Amino acid sequence: MSARRRRRAVLLQAACVAVTLFMGVPLYLVTLAALSSRESLNRFPLPLLPTDVSTETLRTFLSSTGIVGSFLNSLTVGLSTVVLALLVGVPAGYALSRYTFRGRGPYQLFLLLTRALPIVVLSVPLAQVFLSAGLYDTTYAVTLLHTALALPTTVLITAAIFLSVPRDHEEAAVIFGATPLQAFLRIVLPQALPGIAAAAMFAFVMSWNEVLGAAVLTLNQRTLPAQVLSTLGDSPLAFRFAGGFALVLPALLFIAVMRKYLLNMWGTTLR
Amino acid sequence: MADIVIDHLVKTYPGATTRATDDVSLTVADGEFLVLVGPSGCGKTTLLRMVAGLEAPDGGTIAIAGRDVTDLPARERRLSMVFQSYAIFPHLRVRQNIGFGLTMRKVPKDEVDRRVREAAAVLELTDYLDRYPAQLSGGQRQRVAVARAIVVDAGVLLMDEPLSNLDALLRLQFRAELKRIVRRVGATTLYVTHDQAEAMSLGDRVAVMRSGRIAQLGPPIEVYDHPSERFVGGFLGAPPMNFVPATVRVNGAGPSLHIGEQVLPAPEHLDPYRDRAVLLGVRAENLEVATVQQPGWLTARVEVVEPTGASVLLTVRLGEHEVKVQAPPTFRVEPDSAVWLRPPVQSLRFYDAETGLVLAGAA
Repeated sequence: MSARRRRRAVLLQAACVAVTLFMGVPLYLVTLAALSSRESLNRFPLPLLPTDVSTETLRTFLSSTGIVGSFLNSLTVGLSTVVLALLVGVPAGYALSRYTFRGRGPYQLFLLLTRALPIVVLSVPLAQVFLSAGLYDTTYAVTLLHTALALPTTVLITAAIFLSVPRDHEEAAVIFGATPLQAFLRIVLPQALPGIAAAAMFAFVMSWNEVLGAAVLTLNQRTLPAQVLSTLGDSPLAFRFAGGFALVLPALLFIAVMRKYLLNMWGTTLR
Repeated sequence: MADIVIDHLVKTYPGATTRATDDVSLTVADGEFLVLVGPSGCGKTTLLRMVAGLEAPDGGTIAIAGRDVTDLPARERRLSMVFQSYAIFPHLRVRQNIGFGLTMRKVPKDEVDRRVREAAAVLELTDYLDRYPAQLSGGQRQRVAVARAIVVDAGVLLMDEPLSNLDALLRLQFRAELKRIVRRVGATTLYVTHDQAEAMSLGDRVAVMRSGRIAQLGPPIEVYDHPSERFVGGFLGAPPMNFVPATVRVNGAGPSLHIGEQVLPAPEHLDPYRDRAVLLGVRAENLEVATVQQPGWLTARVEVVEPTGASVLLTVRLGEHEVKVQAPPTFRVEPDSAVWLRPPVQSLRFYDAETGLVLAGAA
């Protein structure tokens, strides 16, 4: 290996380490703080190793008003968003990948445009609509908003993944006696699962992290981020770390579970 | 009876200016192996896909076993197909792949199992039934695709360039095997290829296609020996047929052909074409060649000598025209030396110099 190539390799490794630290250190610190006792948080200098593990902070956080409820709300909204976004988005993605129809290009652009609108701009008129429809302050309202926000990525990701399932496979299925629906369910869908898992992941994490819309659309049925946000100003430091930890953990777990479906997806082809 | 009757089939793809298939009519008899061959873009695959029901014609009809299937979806046409890409399902095991057609048609489970094992035995896949396609070689995947097609016993078998993804040696092996299997199954077969050697070796009849039309249809040897137009002679055969422009002259002794300065006796039936330019067609293996001068033979200069083992392929220049000559393997000659050629009269074909069509009465 030439000196130049070695230098490039070292730089590349250094860049990887830097990015990993950039993402990892805050997560580590939040976790550390959430698992420390209240006193150790105030100590100076702050210990960087888990010398004094305690669940006291987390227990206080979980037992404070509205946290468990909002945690369950977040879970409900997140999973419902995934189901709804897939129910609407997968057929749309399939149509985009398989058929050329009038307005296909503008439709794809339009999908992205919905993401261009700030959530606050969307939420206020939606709050008005939900108020008159009697949906205000329910998890349904938040689910509908999150589904709308998640749909563009769902449609575009699934369209890309359906494109990578050869049309031959569907044609073969139909030749050998399958109806178009059977061909889709038995041949295309199983092959598209990694992409659909990725879309599901995007939808869930998006919903789990979304705070503005959820805060505008609810008062009592808060999701976790909205609840934490609304009490953030007047809560102790330890509470904030515990909240951050509780927000990050489920999303990380969800990604870990879905990861095995993703293994073949990024960078390589389906097979 | 599972004959295929294609009647005046027309198809133009959206956005295209020319027809993909241009008023094609064709009958494939029950149990016949018919090969559609032609250069890419000639419409052969389109024709096959319309028979399969994967493409809808703009006009004309298709009947299979006496039943008009033009408007039926593919799954109701009772046919099976081998795809160029094999199109075997990567998420299903070999066993499920082969049995797919039977499962879809709700054949009882133990019968599916029995027939899958039979087909797997024919294609030597018995040891691989529980593998996934990703664990198979290209040749084995091809076998799975063929097994899946024959197991349904459909009566009509369509094949779209099934050998084109195999390497040369495997292709030659599997070609013979495919012929044996199809013969054993007895299905009416429509086979698409761009490989003229495949077409010649497999087909009971060959349909040479060009620009959406069938240029010539007949048994392989007949199409090879008597091309109906210049295009067919130039497409079938390796090397392709030689074409040399000549002029027909008639003097007291009957018609003769003038190629540049050289003269060749011509058959009597060229008499009506006196003083006209014609195209002389002759196959490389039909030219007699000698290294010493022979009276009445054509002289030419050797440019390239290619020994192929079974023969020696010469590229010679006859006047200003390049001609391929297939000489016996023992033939020895150096480049740039002179050789003498004699095309036997019975193997000469004559074509119109302008249209390239075979001359009437001269085929």
